Amino acid sequence: MALISTDRLTMRFGPTTALDALTVSVEPGVIGLVGANGAGKSTLIKVLLGLLPATEGTAQVLGLDAAGDSEAIRQQVGYMPEHDCLPADTTATEFVVHMARMSGLPMTAARERTADVLRHVGLYEERYRAVGGYSTGMRQRVKLAQALVHDPDLVLLDEPTNGLDPAGRDEMLGLIRKVGTDFGISVLVTSHLLGELERICDHVVVIEGGRLLRSSSTADVTAVSGVLLVEVDDRADALASALAQVGVAARLSGRMLEVALSGEQTYDAIRDATANLGLGLVRMERRRHRMVELFEQPVTSRHAQGGRQ
Amino acid sequence: MSAGSPEAGVIHDIGYRHYRGVRLGRWPIVRALFVDSLRGAFGLGRSAKSKIAPLVLLALMTIPALVAGIVVNVSGGTEPPFPLATYPSFVYPLLILYVGGQAPAGVSRDLRFRVTTLYFSRPLGRTDYVAAKLAALTTAVALVMLIPLVVLTGGLLLSDVPAGDVLIGGAQSLLAIALLAPMLAGIALAIASVTPRRGLGVAAVVAVLIIGWAVQGAVQGIVASQGREDLAWWSQLISPGTIVDGLIARLFDLEPASGTQPTGAAVILWGVAVAVVIAGAIGALTLRYRRVSVT
Repeated sequence: MALISTDRLTMRFGPTTALDALTVSVEPGVIGLVGANGAGKSTLIKVLLGLLPATEGTAQVLGLDAAGDSEAIRQQVGYMPEHDCLPADTTATEFVVHMARMSGLPMTAARERTADVLRHVGLYEERYRAVGGYSTGMRQRVKLAQALVHDPDLVLLDEPTNGLDPAGRDEMLGLIRKVGTDFGISVLVTSHLLGELERICDHVVVIEGGRLLRSSSTADVTAVSGVLLVEVDDRADALASALAQVGVAARLSGRMLEVALSGEQTYDAIRDATANLGLGLVRMERRRHRMVELFEQPVTSRHAQGGRQ
Repeated sequence: MSAGSPEAGVIHDIGYRHYRGVRLGRWPIVRALFVDSLRGAFGLGRSAKSKIAPLVLLALMTIPALVAGIVVNVSGGTEPPFPLATYPSFVYPLLILYVGGQAPAGVSRDLRFRVTTLYFSRPLGRTDYVAAKLAALTTAVALVMLIPLVVLTGGLLLSDVPAGDVLIGGAQSLLAIALLAPMLAGIALAIASVTPRRGLGVAAVVAVLIIGWAVQGAVQGIVASQGREDLAWWSQLISPGTIVDGLIARLFDLEPASGTQPTGAAVILWGVAVAVVIAGAIGALTLRYRRVSVT
C-alpha cells in the first residue's frame, strides 16, 4: 500500500495556484519533500491532513481519503508545523501530556508516552521548565515530541531544521532518521535544502511551483556515475591537456579533475599521463551522483526555454 | 552530570516502544479539552500567578453571601434579605471581571501561540473546539455564581427563614444562573477570540460588559427621573445581567435588582433577548473559528 498518493491534486487560493495537478505516490519510509519556499510543500501537508479541502483531484494517506476520512487520518498521523506552536507558560511535560490527550490517549498512557517521547527526542531535566525559556533547538524537539506522542503511523514534519544552527540541524536530522528506522514510523519531511534530506531520506520528492519535478529513491539517484574524480598534488590543468591528447575527456573542477570513464583503459591513461608529467596521484575515485545536480539540471534547462509556463 | 550518570544512561536506553493501548474517540477528546479548559478557568494546572485573580474574585463574591447568611441568623429574621435569584445581579461587576480575565486566558492563548494548529491537526474538529471552550467557560461562570449561592442558601437554611422559601429561592436562582452563564461566557469568548493578545482581550471584554452595565443604569436612572418609572424597565434589555434579572423577576414575581419587573407581554422580548445573545455568540464563535488559519 502506498504511504501517500495524490492524483492530479490541485489547490488554488484565489488567483494563486499552490498545487498544480500534482500526481505522486510514495512507499513507507523516510520521504523528503523538497522545494523552494512557496513551492507548495506546506499546502500539500495541509491537504493531506484534511485541513484544507483540495480544489481538484484526490489525495490518499495510509490508504484513507484525505477529503472524506480526514478524522481517521488525523488519528494516525502526527504533524509538526513549521511555525512556533508552543504556549510559553507551560512546561514541556504538561504540554505534551495535553496534546497526547487531544490525540485520544487516556491520562495514564498520555503521561507514560510523554515521558518516553521526551526522552527519545533528547529532553531531560528541561522538561519541567516553562517552554518560554527554551532555545530554538529545544522547542523543535518539543514540537517533534507532540507529533510522536500518540505513536502515529506517519509523521509530517514541516521544515524541522528551520532556524537551527549546523550542529542542531545535524542532531535534528539524526533524530528524524531514527524516527524512521528505529521507531518504524514513516516520515514525510520537508526542506528547501536538498542536501540535508538526501542524507536521511529513502525517497525524495521534488516539487516546484506546485508541480512534480522529480520523485525518486535516494539509492537510484546517488548511484555511482560514469565520472572518475582524480586528484593530483600539482598542475591538474597540465594533466587535463595531457589526457586530452590521448583522447580522454577531462574537465577541471576546482582542484580535482573530472574524467569520463570509458573502461579499464581510462585508468591506465591517467596513470601514464600522471607519471609522464612527474605528478603525485593523490586520489582516484568513482564519483557518486548528488541529488542537487540532478534537479539543478532540469531547472536550468527550463529557464533556458523561457522560464516556467 | 554526576558520577552515577553512566548507569542512569543505561537504564534510560530501552529503545522505542510502540503504543498498543486504547485510542479514545472524538467525544472523550472534547471532554478532555473541556476539563482542561474548566480547570484553566480557575488557574488549576496553570502558573501560580494565574490562580490569583479567579480565586480572589470568587472570594469577593462569596463573602457578601456569607455575611448575609450570618446577619439573618443573628438578627433572627424570618425573610431572606433579598430574593436569592437576584444575587448574581448584586455581584455582576465582579462576574464581568471574572469572565473578562478568563475568556482571553482560554482562547487568546491558543491563538497567540498558534496552538490551534495542533488542535485542528488532531481528530478534534473546529466546532468541537468551540463547543469545549464555550461549555468550559459557561460551567466556570456558573460555578462562580453557584458557590456563593450555596453558601447563602446554607446560611438561610440554618436561620428562622422557612426552609421551603429558601429552597424555592435557590431553585429560582439556578434558572438565573443557567441563563446568565452562557450569555456572559458566549459574549466574552466571542470578543476574546478576535484577538491573540490577552491584555487587549481582557480590556475589550470588560469594557463591553461594563459599558453595557453602566449605560443600563444611567438610562434607567434618567428615564425614572423624568417621571416615567413605568418605562424604565425597558432599559433592562441593554445589559445581559439585567435581561436575566428582569426575566427571572417577572417569571417568579420577585423584586428585581434593577428597577421594576417588565410588564405585560413585553417579557417575551426578554426571553428572546436571552436566546439571541446565546445563539449570536455561538454563531460568531463558529464563524470565527472557521476562519482561523492553520498556516
